[in-house]
Amino acid sequence: MADIFFFIFAAMAVGGGVGVVLQKNPIGSLLFMVGTLASIAGIYVLLEAHFLAAIQIMVYAGAIMVLFLFVIMLLNLGHDYRRDFRFGLGMFVAFAISGAIAGLLVRQFGGAEANPIYAHFPGPEGMDQLLREEGVIGAIATPLFTDYVVAFELTGILLLVALVGAIAIAKRKV
Amino acid sequence: MLAEALWLSAILFVIGTAGVLVRRNAIIMFLCIELQLNAVNLSFVALSRYLGIEGQLYVFFVMTVAAAEAAVGLAIIISIFRHYETVNVDNFNLLKW
Repeated sequence: MADIFFFIFAAMAVGGGVGVVLQKNPIGSLLFMVGTLASIAGIYVLLEAHFLAAIQIMVYAGAIMVLFLFVIMLLNLGHDYRRDFRFGLGMFVAFAISGAIAGLLVRQFGGAEANPIYAHFPGPEGMDQLLREEGVIGAIATPLFTDYVVAFELTGILLLVALVGAIAIAKRKV
Repeated sequence: MLAEALWLSAILFVIGTAGVLVRRNAIIMFLCIELQLNAVNLSFVALSRYLGIEGQLYVFFVMTVAAAEAAVGLAIIISIFRHYETVNVDNFNLLKW
């Protein structure tokens, strides 16, 4: 059952991604992107990352995509139906190299249980037990506020700097 | 499901790369960078199913950085648009030689 849902979500994600690249109108691209993000959130649920699935919908498909939509509408780019594709030799080389690197990484880390790398780690059973003991939120919150608390505070500073920087850049007279 | 999720993540990453390389509209290039970030997040979550909860924490941080990056990047795009009246990156050649 989970496998069927996985392939449905995977097909939606890949179709949405192709739509983002091929759609001429920026708003169409954006709507395809929302579909892709929502199906990735569905895959997070299948991988037992429920908290991240909720964050994905709320922060990504909600806040960030609405920010993009605001900018497209503010700059009045929604009526642009011209083709803006550009193909070149360098593009094909870069495309082939990125595909080859991605494929090699998949071959290295795929193969799941058979791979000896995974012998030292908890595995799906260990993760299920952790989620049962601590709950979906608690399993993330406990390390976030103990081992990774410095990174968490730095993230807050980063957001403040980004906020001030974005306002300063967008307000400046050019 | 790990191998399938990693393959999906690789496919999405390559689609995002193709989008950044093919499209000339700065906002859509930006969207494709977000697609690449999401592909990496997906592989983090898939591996965290086997290797421990840390993968999901990193996804949390990546999402925060992506939000900050979107805010600053869109501010830069607005600033460029007010100067050139376009978002086509072929027109931004001040640093080209």
